[in-house]
Amino acid sequence: MMLRNSMQNSLKMSTEDLDFYYGDFHALYGITLDFYENQVTALIGPSGCGKSTLLRCLNRMNDLISYSRADGKVLLDGDDIYDPNVDVVALRRHVGMVFQKPNPFPKSIFENVAYGLRVNGVKDKSFLAERVETSLKQAALWDEVKERLHDSALGLSGGQQQRLCIARAMAVEPEVLLMDEPASALDPIATQKIEELIHQLKDTYTIIIVTHNMQQAARVSDVTAFFYLGKLIEVDQTETIFTRPNLQETSDYITGRFG
Amino acid sequence: MFGLFRISAAINGAALLVVVYFLVVRGWRAINWTFLTQPPVDSMTKGGILPCIIGTLCLSIGAIAVALPIGVASAIYLHEYARPGKVVRLIRLAINNLAGVPSVVFGLFGLAFFVVYLDMGVSILAGSLTLGALTLPVIIGSTEEALRAVPDTYREASLGLGATKWQTIYRVVLPTALPGILTGAILGISRAAGETAPIMFTAAVFFTPSLPTSIFDEIMALPYHIYVLATAGTDIEATRPLQYGTALVLIALVLGLNLVAIIYRARLRRDR
Repeated sequence: MMLRNSMQNSLKMSTEDLDFYYGDFHALYGITLDFYENQVTALIGPSGCGKSTLLRCLNRMNDLISYSRADGKVLLDGDDIYDPNVDVVALRRHVGMVFQKPNPFPKSIFENVAYGLRVNGVKDKSFLAERVETSLKQAALWDEVKERLHDSALGLSGGQQQRLCIARAMAVEPEVLLMDEPASALDPIATQKIEELIHQLKDTYTIIIVTHNMQQAARVSDVTAFFYLGKLIEVDQTETIFTRPNLQETSDYITGRFG
Repeated sequence: MFGLFRISAAINGAALLVVVYFLVVRGWRAINWTFLTQPPVDSMTKGGILPCIIGTLCLSIGAIAVALPIGVASAIYLHEYARPGKVVRLIRLAINNLAGVPSVVFGLFGLAFFVVYLDMGVSILAGSLTLGALTLPVIIGSTEEALRAVPDTYREASLGLGATKWQTIYRVVLPTALPGILTGAILGISRAAGETAPIMFTAAVFFTPSLPTSIFDEIMALPYHIYVLATAGTDIEATRPLQYGTALVLIALVLGLNLVAIIYRARLRRDR
């Protein structure tokens, strides 16, 4: 589905006629969708509509599921990430991910953020310290944790843990940030902080966010894509989707008539 | 009904207490500095059990040195790498059956394979390998259990940051599973320390006054020493206190090891 790109941003990622299967279950039907730089794209739709599956295709996290299969193309800067020659490990450094439930490692706050750099072979201590500080500042967490960087990350509140996970994802300087319902396990105040953060982060990253929360999609995203039963129903500027959608199904879902 | 469950659970605690009480009452008089630091004298009717303590320590350490790396590696393969299928089912079947093999059969296997065929002789090495084989299923089982308890969200987070599968296992999964793995290892050691049948053909001897100097030496061991004193000594009745004393030392060693495991695990958990 082509989207009028009124904002003149350049294309970062796209899927072309992407089908996805879990065993015999056909989860995504011919998805063609573009994601633009410095924009937040929200994927919305009822449970089981395939929005999380699509998100997990974008960094090939679905590879972990046995008997799953993807057909079609997913392009990052024009290169197909499902090409057999693609290094999946390297791909995931370019396409970072924040998960639904905060999942910090049972390590210190510092080590959590430094993890992605360490597995990439970074040993320089001052560089690590600098990146950890920058990332925590970007995630608006620095002031709350700077005194206790070496305490366990599991001692943080849920909202702090999720911002830590965002800092951890940003430390490796990805270009695209995938967020799978990043605020669904958080209280309203923590949610608000995450949403403010998303606003700031889009200056640097291409952000794709799955959300169940209509208001959240309306607040944080520039483009919204509506999915239903594995199909992309409608995609447009968020404002258009929420005020005058083209299709009745989209309108029904957004006004809460089903889902 | 609840009461019945509680009684069943209480029986476990009581059994341990009764055994320890019995051994302490009968054996504590035999325990003194000489007993713990000297070899047996006068056809093993007097003196101490130092060679047995050292021997059992050597065998336990040897068994764990054999079983821990192989067991943990097997569990990692089974839980993290292997795709479910025929091969994995077969390996699991083999492990479960290995756990059910009577210990005397391990002893005979050790004698035939390590002592005779591989020409290791009756030695610490042969005994450690035999005990290691016996301990493997325990270690594999507890390691798999510990790996299963590591949330998949940790694995996803690590892979999502561009870590390889091995980096994920080495840096996140194993450290998280470590308390469980160590618990299994220590339970394995304490089982190995108390075994008699597997070492009687492969490592232990009736009597040797000298302490081992290499892994090819034969040794005395606590459980086998108890067996010898109680069935084949020169004066079985007169050495009863020594038998109970030796048993008390053995059980103190095993309980001590378990205690170390519990404390270490608690500390690892607290440090999270």
